[in-house]
Amino acid sequence: MQRDQQPRSDAAAPPILEVRNLVVAFHGLAGTLRALDDVSFSIAPGEILGVVGESGAGKSLTGAAVIGLLERPGRIDGGEILLAGRRIDNLPHAQMRKVRGREIGAIFQDPLTSLNPLLTVGEQLTETIATHLALSAKAARARAVELLAEVGIPAPANRIDDYPHHFSGGMRQRVVIALALCANPKLVIADEPTTALDVSVQAQILELIRRLGREHGTAVMLITHDMGVIAETADRVAVMYAGRVAEIGPTREIIETPHHPYTVGLMGSVPVIGEDAEDLVQIDGSMPRLNAIPPGCAFNPRCGEVMGRCLSQRPGLMPAGRSQAACWLMDTVTGDAA
Amino acid sequence: MLYFIIQRMLQSVLVMLVVAAISFALFSYVGDPIEAMTGEDDPIELKQQLRASLGLDQPIPIQFARFVGNAVQGDFGVSYRARQPVMQLIAERFPATMELVFVASLIALFVGIPAGIYTALRRDSPVSYALQTGSLIGISMPTFLTGILLILVFSVWLKVLPSFGRGETVDIGWWSTGFLTVSGLKSLILPSITLGLFSTTLIMRLVRTEMLEVMRTDYIKFARARGLRDRSINFRHAFKNTLVPVVTITGMQVGSLIAFAIITETVFQWPGLGLLFIQAVGNVDIPVMAAYLVLTALMFVVINLAVDILYFFIDPRLRADRAVASGATT
Repeated sequence: MQRDQQPRSDAAAPPILEVRNLVVAFHGLAGTLRALDDVSFSIAPGEILGVVGESGAGKSLTGAAVIGLLERPGRIDGGEILLAGRRIDNLPHAQMRKVRGREIGAIFQDPLTSLNPLLTVGEQLTETIATHLALSAKAARARAVELLAEVGIPAPANRIDDYPHHFSGGMRQRVVIALALCANPKLVIADEPTTALDVSVQAQILELIRRLGREHGTAVMLITHDMGVIAETADRVAVMYAGRVAEIGPTREIIETPHHPYTVGLMGSVPVIGEDAEDLVQIDGSMPRLNAIPPGCAFNPRCGEVMGRCLSQRPGLMPAGRSQAACWLMDTVTGDAA
Repeated sequence: MLYFIIQRMLQSVLVMLVVAAISFALFSYVGDPIEAMTGEDDPIELKQQLRASLGLDQPIPIQFARFVGNAVQGDFGVSYRARQPVMQLIAERFPATMELVFVASLIALFVGIPAGIYTALRRDSPVSYALQTGSLIGISMPTFLTGILLILVFSVWLKVLPSFGRGETVDIGWWSTGFLTVSGLKSLILPSITLGLFSTTLIMRLVRTEMLEVMRTDYIKFARARGLRDRSINFRHAFKNTLVPVVTITGMQVGSLIAFAIITETVFQWPGLGLLFIQAVGNVDIPVMAAYLVLTALMFVVINLAVDILYFFIDPRLRADRAVASGATT
């Protein structure tokens, strides 16, 4: 199931999404918590970037920041977000609303709760279409039927007037994807799109997401904690830890030759059929809470290869083979850490 | 859906029978009506004759069956006090209470719902804080006190609104309405505010809580992520999803407005059912009390049935027929 590792777009194409040194903080009575700290990455047209990490690593928060839906008291405290070269992190509410849905589509985790139970699928689709595109009611409905057909709903013209509860979980997730695609966005943020689904349905949904990039050149940010999903779908992977990017690189490189000790541990914890489950590596300890991130490298309390400078100096992303890793090991023996 | 409605109607009939039994029991437990109707010096023969003519010498089940049979036809007997058919007394008072309850319900809905939505959407605005504080007062102040304070301010100090009665009324058939005269309308203002205040604040707080709840759901977040307009998110998506609990509580509130009208009607000497009931209690006028009890229960039952039917229009998930039809294709 391994995919072609070359990015499908040519290298000269400007990225659809570019996140530079993003800082997201929560300002509360107890002080300020930095939930995202200096996060940078980019996604090229047609590319699928997988974002992995444990719960609380900041994956979903990154997605929410990009789409401009951070919930109070969280807010962007630094860095910038560029969509096709245009800065979007400081847009006023009314303009950001037009970016959402029109240029960035979102797919949420739970298809059972993502759809409004009181409106038909068609009503939800046509409303979204009419909000962003200048189409007549009839044309909007025709586009809604097309979209349902595209995401693989059988007999879409008959199903369009059904309510969400008439659809199964997998079918509802297809409807959610259709809703995200209403205005043909340049970027789709899929936050755990398959976590709530059966394994057989998961594969179908992932295939659908892969087809987006292939057929429409849509860039996809695929947020998941499931390495299997990443291996099957993503072109590149960003591994997040405690609100920072630990390592980013081509999927095969990350899986086969991880560089950051955290990524090494993460790959060791993925069970492989045919191998003894007792060989699974477990990373000792747990990810620090946001109010207790140690100075230096956030991973230093759990790292087996911790050095003196890891305790005081925070490593930035450094070249490591075909990837980049935020680890001081890369500074001394570049590209030869695993 | 039809099955559901029939089931609900059967339940309603059962409820009404229980209420009828309770009001029937009033007759036997609250003193002997014959003693109340006759003087101490009347001969025993007269009392027995009266007892027989009223059917009170027959076995209890037969008396109950007759009571129910007559009640279904609208016959609750003759008032001990007024010596008039109870139904006639009630028909005279019914329009006054209904108009009062109607206006109070309108206030509760058209003030309560917008205020609830506003305080949910603009949580931090000064107006919201004021409304929230005001609603606490409204919810905790007893009705009679509200009424007396309003009379003090608007009738005694400002002398702009009447303090009691319905003003002039116009008869349309058997229905006497206060809506068509100036004094009738002015007389409605204070009592309906008094009666509606509690429901207004209750509905406001309920709508606020439900809206805040719905605003946190995934489908509202997803609607935002699709860039839908705020107005559509707030009303088409969010408010509609608060309607099931709001309709339930509103229905119950209309029922309790009819019941609580007793206090308001007493404070304002409003010639409605509540005042009739209070007078009946004072006079141990059992037929009037029984009829009032049965009628109030009937209105509760009818309102609840209406609410149950409204659910089907609000929530498509309850309309099971289509789900069964399309279940095979999913």
